[in-house]
Amino acid sequence: MEIRVDRERCAGSSLCLSYLPEVFDQSDDDGKVLLRTPVPGADMEEAVRGVAARCPTGAITLHARDAQDA
Amino acid sequence: MPNEPAPVPLHTRRTRFDPADELRRLSDGGPVTRVSLAPGAGDRPLWLVTGYHEVRQVLGDQVRFSTSRFGARSAAGGRAAQRPDEGIGLLMDYDPPEHTRLRKMLTPEFTVRRMRRLQPRIEAIITECLDAVERAGHPADLVELFASAVPGPVLCELIGVPRDDRDDFLRRCHAHLETGKERSERAAAGTAFTRYLAALVARQRKNPDEGFLGMLVRDHGDEFTDKELRGICILLMLAGLDNISGMLGLGALALLENPGQLALVRDDPAALDRGIEELLRYLSVPHAPTPRTAVEDMTLGGKRIRAGDTLVCSIPLANRDPALIDEPDRLDITREPVPHVAFGHGIHHCLGAALARMEMRIAYGELLRRFPGLRLAIPAEDVEFRVRSTAYGVERLPVTW
Repeated sequence: MEIRVDRERCAGSSLCLSYLPEVFDQSDDDGKVLLRTPVPGADMEEAVRGVAARCPTGAITLHARDAQDA
Repeated sequence: MPNEPAPVPLHTRRTRFDPADELRRLSDGGPVTRVSLAPGAGDRPLWLVTGYHEVRQVLGDQVRFSTSRFGARSAAGGRAAQRPDEGIGLLMDYDPPEHTRLRKMLTPEFTVRRMRRLQPRIEAIITECLDAVERAGHPADLVELFASAVPGPVLCELIGVPRDDRDDFLRRCHAHLETGKERSERAAAGTAFTRYLAALVARQRKNPDEGFLGMLVRDHGDEFTDKELRGICILLMLAGLDNISGMLGLGALALLENPGQLALVRDDPAALDRGIEELLRYLSVPHAPTPRTAVEDMTLGGKRIRAGDTLVCSIPLANRDPALIDEPDRLDITREPVPHVAFGHGIHHCLGAALARMEMRIAYGELLRRFPGLRLAIPAEDVEFRVRSTAYGVERLPVTW
């Protein structure tokens, strides 16, 4: 699983880093989302899905990685 | 009868912690219902959106749902009205691209890290308020001395209102925001308040400090007009006073009525963080965000909506929708937090959410730590609830310990 963030959409709600500070961060310059861990382990998947569902602007999406990574 | 108070609008009616029965019955007919919220509220069709998914759909779609009555897209094709001075800077009434321009400059001022810089000041304010509770003795009114006393000084810290000006500033602000006042009195108070804000903006333009306004003029001085900066300060007061005082008062009551849950959040900071999310959902103190205007014809929740129709999204009903959570009417602070909409959704999601969470965490935590034996000093059924306000709350909360 790979996380992608759309910084144009991000509204800087800071929800993602409140829930998963080990995966998400927030830029001091524009207040928008930064990714600490773009490819988190499988054990994180459910938590990341929960955070993606919370994002007020749908700026966080999850993507399957290519087959060779599986 | 000129002095008879207007009826409480349907979407703000509650029974203790719950949405009122007549409001719930409305949502039995589906997630979107045509309503009349108050007599004489206008002749355009008005829809109350009560389903969780439908509320997220409306709030999450700034293209098809406008919050602005002004500017290029206003009134779904109607002629654009000029935004009045008192509406300038109030972000919730702006659509993109104007909204995007203003919000982009404000977002970095509200990051979790920036808010943490305020933490020692917020802790000091809360300690002072709890000192006053202790001095007041038994019983003390937790609304007057705590729930309503904390948010104003916190906002002054955020905005950068000098300490000596704080009491005057807050008094003028309350007079400005109070809706029940005579029009002329309100206008005069508004003038005094907005004049003060204009002077504050001018001072910061000359000598910017490390506070919120100072940082804004330092980074974006030329991109904001004075009226926008003034309006943004008013917006922060609008958003940060009633909502926080409502949460602190009503939340304290909810915990006092559930002593087992109170003990859990008192003794465990992680439980408190989860508990705050559940309190935000369960209490849903903001009744509704800014009404939306449909920009085009569409079907929503099975209903035919026309361009120009107004939609009011019910926060309490959306957060009590079984589509969001099992047993929605049960307060359970041990639940895994769900994606509630207490801070809204979409591009207008509360800018101050990180500050609000920190403020509540410190406030509830210190209150319960300092008064471990806290209990109501009146029968629970005698507690009066605050209904005529932009956010729900309690009027008075006499406690002892």
